[in-house]
Amino acid sequence: MKYDIILAGVGGQGILSIAFVIDNAALEEGLFFKQAEVHGMSQRGGAVQSHLRLADAHIYSDLIPLGQADMILSVEPLETLRYFEYLKPDGAVVSSSTPYTNISDYPVLEEVFREIKKAPVHVLIDSDKLAREAGSVRAQNMVMLGAASIFLPLKEDSLKKYIPVLFEKRGPQLVQTNLKAFDLGRQAARAGGR
Amino acid sequence: MEKIVLLGDEAVALAAVQAGLTAAYSYPGTPASEIMEFLIRHSEGGRKYTAKWCVNEKVACEEALGVSFAGKRAMVSFKHVGLNVAADPFINSAITGANGGLVVVVADDPGMHSSQDEQDSRYYADFARILCLEPTNHQEAYVMTREAFDLSEKFRIPVMIRLVTRLAHSRSSVQTAESRQQNQGLEYGTWQDWTLLPGNARRRFKILLDRQKELLDYSENTPYNQLVLNPAGGRLGVVVSGIAFNYFKEVVAGLPAEPSCLKVSTYPFPVNKLRQLIDRVDEILVIEEGYPFIERFIRGVTGIPGKTIRGKLDGSLPASGELTPDLVARALGLPERTGLKLGDFKLAGRPPQLCVGCPHADTYKALNEALKDFPRPVVFSDIGCYTLGALPPYNAIQTCVCMGASVSMAKGGSEAGIHPSVAVIGDSTFAHSGITPLLDAVFSNKVMTVIILDNGTVAMTGTQPSFGTGEPLDRLVAGLGLDQNHLRIIVPLPKNHQENVRVIKEELAYRGLSVIIARRECIQIVGEKKRS
Repeated sequence: MKYDIILAGVGGQGILSIAFVIDNAALEEGLFFKQAEVHGMSQRGGAVQSHLRLADAHIYSDLIPLGQADMILSVEPLETLRYFEYLKPDGAVVSSSTPYTNISDYPVLEEVFREIKKAPVHVLIDSDKLAREAGSVRAQNMVMLGAASIFLPLKEDSLKKYIPVLFEKRGPQLVQTNLKAFDLGRQAARAGGR
Repeated sequence: MEKIVLLGDEAVALAAVQAGLTAAYSYPGTPASEIMEFLIRHSEGGRKYTAKWCVNEKVACEEALGVSFAGKRAMVSFKHVGLNVAADPFINSAITGANGGLVVVVADDPGMHSSQDEQDSRYYADFARILCLEPTNHQEAYVMTREAFDLSEKFRIPVMIRLVTRLAHSRSSVQTAESRQQNQGLEYGTWQDWTLLPGNARRRFKILLDRQKELLDYSENTPYNQLVLNPAGGRLGVVVSGIAFNYFKEVVAGLPAEPSCLKVSTYPFPVNKLRQLIDRVDEILVIEEGYPFIERFIRGVTGIPGKTIRGKLDGSLPASGELTPDLVARALGLPERTGLKLGDFKLAGRPPQLCVGCPHADTYKALNEALKDFPRPVVFSDIGCYTLGALPPYNAIQTCVCMGASVSMAKGGSEAGIHPSVAVIGDSTFAHSGITPLLDAVFSNKVMTVIILDNGTVAMTGTQPSFGTGEPLDRLVAGLGLDQNHLRIIVPLPKNHQENVRVIKEELAYRGLSVIIARRECIQIVGEKKRS
């Protein structure tokens, strides 16, 4: 078994928190993983991505070859498209539909969606709405993780075990918010997304 | 022992602690910062070693050298350009030699994710004539760092660990081993070894040269340099180092048979192993992250008669940027694979930018307005978040070269007739390398304006502590001998815009040296405080 994921978003959206949960869940289930991430300059509101690879045997490359990713998991719709060439022809796109418009030449949103829908398997999630429903607009990353969880080769329980680890220092309220965000994302993906 | 999830940087840090580290020093810089961040976090559990951010890399390297002199184990870590700053103590530490184990960790940034060049630190190790270890993965990063301390004490030289961004910032699981105690009872270094008067230095240099054979023997025999000969693999042989080994192994299954391969993870380069490979193949492909260091070594001036050598020099692989599995596949002659295409959809770029509410943005707005009536002003800038002021909508700066260069270049610019000649430098960059050029400018009361952006932190690399901030910064600048009337402090906030423009204009009009400190806390720090 091998499962390659491109995680995408804008610096500050918390894609490394998504990665933290998946990494630890994978370790818990006895899988091998490698996860290449971006730190430094690009974290300041720029495009960020992480290559996350899961397998049941040793993984060599930290980077995913083009056309090999099983999933693009993105917290921002334009960022989803940036990594399309990494996706396998039958790979899954799990994308937020909430744009992060900190650039002046952001394309027409409907055109972005139209491109995303060209992927044979895609789920668009209104992460902003569901995160607010869960209690915090900052929980969009956990909404998207929940949505992706229906495809991931990991148990729901293994994933949910590591969400509290991320947020417990900042109080039980935030833990509950993020667990709820995960659940709402998962339900929305089950229902086919947006 | 336990298996834990670590960044490559963190694997190095934990290995150092478990190898009996007494002290570690660093200055923040991507992709090396997480080494010290881990060491500081990890020491909070009452573990008895020193882990400190230093004012710059030279100071960090010298502090580590003091620890080694005392017979204890020391580590210094920084990004590749940090080694330029530390080059003086680094090169000379190979002459004094190490007493307690001394490990120098350098994280190169091929592809310049967060850097101004992609220099290859293996040249520095070669230049200093010391051992360089280049791990291919997290487990090797852990094991080789532990061994680096032993090798440093065995050969009595500093040992370099070379990382690259993709290992430093990649996360995987690592199997740890039993911890070793810190050194006890090792004598201090002797003055004959450590006082580099010419007579001592010549003797020490000879010792270093004589030791080269032992270093080469180590490299020839270490299991990290692995030669796998495969007669079925045909006429092609591959020499591959560091993280490039992973890309090779990732894609090689696409070939009908795996070519013979020499994996290189330590330098000096294992020459005999290379000869064994060359004897069995006609064509050698060198795959390495960074400059064509190994490739040039193999090729020499005239190449090898009857053999084809391929790599970055003949264009089989790109001469700049990061390697990827796809580039390695192409060099091996494998077909290209791609995923979905976007067609004619135009993908807008999303470069990094100053945060909403960033104090630098307000300073740049005021500076731009104060300068708008001058025909040819120049703003020399420096390394930090504020370098993003080069981009729209600010378009506020014209240079960024290296730590501290803003102040020195503004002085040179002023001497070449530029007016206004303005330097813009962050508080931590000023502490790192801005103080000495400002002293130089004070000495000649040069007509120039230095703006110190004091946001109280090293923001770009993750809000590490700054050494030159707040009121002590004011006293430091005054203490350099600056005319007190031309040390001004402004608070960069939208509501203060007109006032700030006025202050900057006044100082631009002054025919001497002015320093304006623009002081407001980084909004990342404000946010962190709110959240905690």
